[in-house]
Amino acid sequence: MLLIKLFFAFMQVGLFSVGGGYAAIPLIQEQIVNIHKLMTLEEFSDLITVAEMTPGPISINSATFVGMRIAGIPGVLLCTLGCIIPSFCICLILAHFYYKYRTVSGVQIVLGSLRPAVVSLIASAGASILMLGLFQAELGEIVLSNLRIVELVIFVVALVILRKYKVSAIAIILGSGVVGTLVYVLLGAVA
Amino acid sequence: MKKDYSKLWTLFKSMFVLSACTFGGGFVIVSLMKKRYVEELKWLEEDEMLDVTAITQSVPGPLPVNASVIIGYRMAGIVGSLVAIGGTILPPMVIISVISLFYNQFRTNPYIATALEVMRAGVAAVIFDVVINLAGNVVKTKRVLYIAMMIIAFIATYLLDVSAMLIILVCLGIGLIDLVVTLKNNKKKGAV
Repeated sequence: MLLIKLFFAFMQVGLFSVGGGYAAIPLIQEQIVNIHKLMTLEEFSDLITVAEMTPGPISINSATFVGMRIAGIPGVLLCTLGCIIPSFCICLILAHFYYKYRTVSGVQIVLGSLRPAVVSLIASAGASILMLGLFQAELGEIVLSNLRIVELVIFVVALVILRKYKVSAIAIILGSGVVGTLVYVLLGAVA
Repeated sequence: MKKDYSKLWTLFKSMFVLSACTFGGGFVIVSLMKKRYVEELKWLEEDEMLDVTAITQSVPGPLPVNASVIIGYRMAGIVGSLVAIGGTILPPMVIISVISLFYNQFRTNPYIATALEVMRAGVAAVIFDVVINLAGNVVKTKRVLYIAMMIIAFIATYLLDVSAMLIILVCLGIGLIDLVVTLKNNKKKGAV
């Protein structure tokens, strides 16, 4: 019974979290901590910390974490499944209509005006991550003297490499992690 | 739309690697998908990738999963969707399952913390690389409307913290007006 409850709890998370990762956090808290009391608030904040430190969407991470702690591997599978079923159904229908009608000129005109906005949304996400990387702070709380030179150099070098050579993005991301950590270890900044 | 099952393995592998290495929000993985599927594999057109991003941002559910469903469907129908989802959710499932067993050690490890911090600089570089290409193409359309929308949308979302959903809805409205105006102009031209 518990597994079924978990399944439907995460299905609701999947169905109602519109607008990406952080929108899902209060929903998960509502379902898991408040309604079903499957975790304490403290465990939940640990979960968010871990989810932020690891790759993957936050709702999938939460579903896996909660599922594992409560019911092991079957829990993981069922929670994750619940979480993605709404996405799967909705996106499949939209994909079908998108590919059926996307060449219609009217649809092209409407989609055309969405594209510049999407470019800006991606740019904005990039700018936020850059500021977080360079200053360890959000835009409003930036102190210029906190600029981290190591991160700045990594960013510039990585961007130059990406623009000049055909290097995979994954290599750049992992490479910057390895090189940066080594530099900080050599500087004695990692305790 | 032709279905091509021979690409399923490449699709799974690509989604798996992207998902395993994507730290940060949904737009990070969209940048990586654009590099992989548009630039490297040449499976999708750039416009298509932007459309898919707009759709995935506007519907419920995790963005990477939504994008996997649509890209998978494009490559090989429903089977493609399932394969792509599998590739996307397996890495976080495995990683979190393992970590949930000893997450205190993980959380307090200083090397992991440092690596995750410096990796942001690399992630930002990848996103900027993608954005430079995308923005360049918007400028190349030479439509003042599009260029203005791009600049205003950036200010609204980054500086004024307007939600992505609202920006997409407003731009959808502008697109519909644009459509009506274009249709009217075409009619006038037809009359002459």
